[in-house]
Amino acid sequence: MPVLPDRVDRDAPEFAARRAALLGLLAEVEEQLALARGGGGEKYVERHRKRGKLLARERVELLLDPDSPFLELSPLAAWGTNYTVGASVVTGVGVVEGTEVLVVANDPTVRGGASNPFTAKKSGRAAQIAEENRLPVVNLVESGGADLPTQSEIFIPGGRGFRDLTRKSAAAIPTISLVFGNSTAGGAYIPGMSDYIVMVKERAKVFLGGPPLVKMATGEESDDEELGGAEMHARVSGLADYLAVDELDAIRLGRQIVRRLNRHKLGAAPVSSYAEPRYDAEDLLGMIPTDLREPFDPRDVLARILDGSEFDEFKPLYGSSLVTGWGQLHGYPLGVLANARGVLFQEESEKAAQFIQLANQSDTPLLFLQNTTGYMVGKDYEQRGIIKAGAQMINAVSNSDVPHFTVNIGASYGAGNYGMCGRAYDPRFLFTWPNAKSAVMGPAQLAGVLSIVARQSAEARGKPYDEEQDRQMRELVENQIEAESRALFLTARVYDDGIIDPRDTRTVLGIALSVAHNNPVQGRRGFGVFRM
Amino acid sequence: MAVTEPRSAPIRKLLVANRGEIARRIFRTARAMGIATVAVCSDADVSAPFVREADEAVRLPGVAPVDTYLRADLVVAAAQAAGADAVHPGYGFLSENAGFARAVLADGLVWVGPPPSAIEAMGSKLAAKELMRQAGVPTLPWAIDPADADGVGFPLLVKASAGGGGRGMRIVRSPGELDEAVASARREAGSAFGDETVFLERYVEAPRHIEIQVFADTQGNAVSLFERECSIQRRHQKIVEESPSPAVDADLRRRMGEAAVAAARAVGYIGAGTVEFVYADATGEFAFLEMNTRLQVEHPVTELVTGLDLVRLQLLVAMGAPLPAEALAPTMSGHAIEVRLYAEDAAAGFLPATGTLRAFDVPAGAGTAPAVATVRVDSGFVAGDVVSPHYDPMLAKVIAHAPTRTEAAALLAHALRRARLHGVTTNRDLLVRILDSADFRAGRTDTAFLDRNDVAALAAPLVDDSDRRVHAVAAAMAVQAHHRHGAAVWRGIPSGWRNNPSQPQRLRLAAATGDVEVDYAFGRGGSVTVHVDGEPVDAVVHEATPATVDLTVGGVRRTCLVAIDDVAPGRTVVDVDSPLGSSSYDVAPRFPVADAAAAAGSLVAPMPGSVVRVLTESGADVTAGQPLVVLEAMKMEHTVAAPADGVVSEVRVAPGQQVDAGAVLVVLDGAAAANSDQITTAVNTDQITEEQLDAH
Repeated sequence: MPVLPDRVDRDAPEFAARRAALLGLLAEVEEQLALARGGGGEKYVERHRKRGKLLARERVELLLDPDSPFLELSPLAAWGTNYTVGASVVTGVGVVEGTEVLVVANDPTVRGGASNPFTAKKSGRAAQIAEENRLPVVNLVESGGADLPTQSEIFIPGGRGFRDLTRKSAAAIPTISLVFGNSTAGGAYIPGMSDYIVMVKERAKVFLGGPPLVKMATGEESDDEELGGAEMHARVSGLADYLAVDELDAIRLGRQIVRRLNRHKLGAAPVSSYAEPRYDAEDLLGMIPTDLREPFDPRDVLARILDGSEFDEFKPLYGSSLVTGWGQLHGYPLGVLANARGVLFQEESEKAAQFIQLANQSDTPLLFLQNTTGYMVGKDYEQRGIIKAGAQMINAVSNSDVPHFTVNIGASYGAGNYGMCGRAYDPRFLFTWPNAKSAVMGPAQLAGVLSIVARQSAEARGKPYDEEQDRQMRELVENQIEAESRALFLTARVYDDGIIDPRDTRTVLGIALSVAHNNPVQGRRGFGVFRM
Repeated sequence: MAVTEPRSAPIRKLLVANRGEIARRIFRTARAMGIATVAVCSDADVSAPFVREADEAVRLPGVAPVDTYLRADLVVAAAQAAGADAVHPGYGFLSENAGFARAVLADGLVWVGPPPSAIEAMGSKLAAKELMRQAGVPTLPWAIDPADADGVGFPLLVKASAGGGGRGMRIVRSPGELDEAVASARREAGSAFGDETVFLERYVEAPRHIEIQVFADTQGNAVSLFERECSIQRRHQKIVEESPSPAVDADLRRRMGEAAVAAARAVGYIGAGTVEFVYADATGEFAFLEMNTRLQVEHPVTELVTGLDLVRLQLLVAMGAPLPAEALAPTMSGHAIEVRLYAEDAAAGFLPATGTLRAFDVPAGAGTAPAVATVRVDSGFVAGDVVSPHYDPMLAKVIAHAPTRTEAAALLAHALRRARLHGVTTNRDLLVRILDSADFRAGRTDTAFLDRNDVAALAAPLVDDSDRRVHAVAAAMAVQAHHRHGAAVWRGIPSGWRNNPSQPQRLRLAAATGDVEVDYAFGRGGSVTVHVDGEPVDAVVHEATPATVDLTVGGVRRTCLVAIDDVAPGRTVVDVDSPLGSSSYDVAPRFPVADAAAAAGSLVAPMPGSVVRVLTESGADVTAGQPLVVLEAMKMEHTVAAPADGVVSEVRVAPGQQVDAGAVLVVLDGAAAANSDQITTAVNTDQITEEQLDAH
């Protein structure tokens, strides 16, 4: 089997420099992750603990099988916004009683766990992952409901969450709610729409309207326990299936429920024995150029993430700006498309379209390693039909039915982002390296384009063009686009499923592949029309 | 009766009227001599190693010794059934039962033991003492009648005439204690030996217990195979035995040997016997205690220093052959020490322990070649066996033989330290500490050794606090590997991997020495951050599997062997063995059973109906499950019972009363009534009626 060579010069001066640069980016990410873990801050964490309650992540950790991995999703959602980084909810895929599940845990230390627009986005993405991958959902509920000042942004998307739950149930994807505290008003439908409900005695409060609202509406006097206490729901309304004496008991019951779900993965199991990559993933940090204009060979990345560093390259001599080929990752077969020199030409596009079809014929999941500045532009290329070629590739990506996994390892610009299975193309998972950027085009190019258009407009109107103003405008635009292209900006808006440490790429993809195999992996056997 | 006198004949098939290690020991020699083997076994022993190793086995129905191994008639019948031509009694059970010996002989079988007359002569301790006095063997003052106690002098010992092994034995230091001691010794002797006869004997404070192994054949040869010192005893049972004795020089050895041979000759002894003496360091005098007319438990120490196989000699003698030359001119070489490894809790007053031996491995075997030192393990158990309460809790005899006493003690202590003994509490740590003690190393051994030394301190775990941390880390690493090995999915993903780590993995372990909490988080490249009870531990884990953890702590690298066993539903035990010693932990459950503690419980009507009976009253103490109210509805009788123990604080209904669903019937007080859910059982009333009619 062809084994990728080790071509990394660890003694080269740029190796150390690149590593230092990337560690700097990772430190920045870690700083934000620490903030996200801190939830609503020390004061609120302390107050929560004083009530004898566990933190959201403590609940998650207890729910998971001991020593099992956990892939937290969108941990930096809402970064750089007015909302707390992390968006007051923890989501992720983990293993409970040997079953892969999607976990959603409100963080009650952040404004009582209230949902803001980013919470809705993040939970919505988690719900989509559960649905696409047939993952049972365990909700660890304690939320004050919608963040009222932003209700207009949350009312409609938030409502979708309840529909998502019951749609999942209809698709025989079990939904479980463990209610640790407030889950009132609209929030009551989170447990309400779940298949299984556990409520913690004297803690869970599930009602449509609390005592004040009831008093206002009907004049009836009532208290929390009567309206929505766990005991009431377990003994009277029957909304609670299980009454937990405390939080630990609720989590124990949640695990017990999952144990009896009788879940079987419908996809093929991975091969049980496989080799780790031959080369250390640590090298990745020293390999990634700090300047995105500098291309790097994705084979050096593949050598550090594929089983045994083995890679059977497909069409190596044709369209060499895009690397395609077959490998295996944590025992799962995998087809890879990886940009080698940024630009996608006609040959690369056609090669990609063919390769994607082949993967569908053989039911092989696909990995897209994005590092592209987009499809080639220019007279020659337009006349030779670069749009047709790009359309072929986008058609193939769009209509491919095997699971797609995308990692932005450098750049993802323009339509290249679409062809390389960007977010809009619904890869099962999409992760970003901290160095990566993505936008409709590069900041300098975008500013330049604006400048040319403005200059032309001025000229057309016969007005003099203010060069100083143009310089300022370009700088402003460049800075804005640069900021909006950054991984943190994209991850904040849930345009990916998280920024990952490049050294974790293999691990993250291994989990993602396994999760995807909860469904049968079945390629599409008949494509749409390919424009030639 | 001629038929009951010893008969010499070739032995082709030997039945061993015993169990456990001694049965295996005898079978071993028999096999080496080309003699077929027959075991007898109680129902508790059907799958014991000694039974499996025998060529044939005959069941003795029942479990209690009195129904099985003490049933001479059944054992003789077994020998007949299997076609055995000889019977070896081992030690204990019927080994010193002259009646049994006679029954064996009467059946035309070879008896591998002394003549019944010799057993009888020595079996009555009293007659034996008189005989010995006449033969010129030094004896202690004694008396039969408790009234003669003053003649014997205090302190004195009340002993069972038919006894051995310390049973039916009492020390009496003043006349006031005498009556009670005699009474209780009689009771114990009666139940242990079927003979209540006791006598009084002068008690020598803290003597050494030194015994001489003798051997006599049918040709008139009788020889001493030197001494064994067995001074260290617990509850009058030997736990450490050695040869030679540090107190015996060549002259004393010769004098004691001559006395022992004289004693044997005095009773016409044939075969292997042991003459026990007390020896006082202060006076240098020794006195006859008793003669054991059988192979002793501690015979291996003699075997190792003389190079003789005593069981072989027994079989040769039984077949009528003379003692071989090497036995007639025995020599001593090196030093042998034996310890008895018991399933018992030494710290709790040597309370016998039971359980399943999940692992049982004492490293035996020779070291260098030519062997200068060996460790021999005689055991009746293998891993997986159950140590039952029915029989002697001795797990094994571990014997070290080395050129010097110091080397033998060190070798033996080391073998014990490295033994893997899981599932049953043992006296291993006590034995190691005895062997390592300054007193023992200096040869200061006497029967008061364990009175002089603090048993609790000697029995304390060998693993100290800092070593325990190493073991706790090893346990945690093995358990996480176990989790990962058994993972249904993501098995190849690094253990406990997080992209946003918020807390370490945590394993709580419960040990006899206290609970311990291990926090750990793996970093890149297998690095691990570990805290034990909140304290950082500088650990590098080189390899961790469920069975082996190779780790460096504090700069020292060791391999810990780990066993993880789910011993019961919800109970997992982790045993760790390393050069530091052994630790055993219970894995604390992640989710403790929710304790039933909260407010009072109201018991409500499960459905509308009428109250048939009220079975309690206000203020009554009720226990969990106790019926309180019976309702009738829909032709069914519904019994509402107390969900937990508590006190009835209120009864709200009376018989005949109609109640709605949810109506409160009874209110219970009491902590336990809290979280337990109401228990209601229903019985069809028609059925009741029919059954009642049937009954009439």
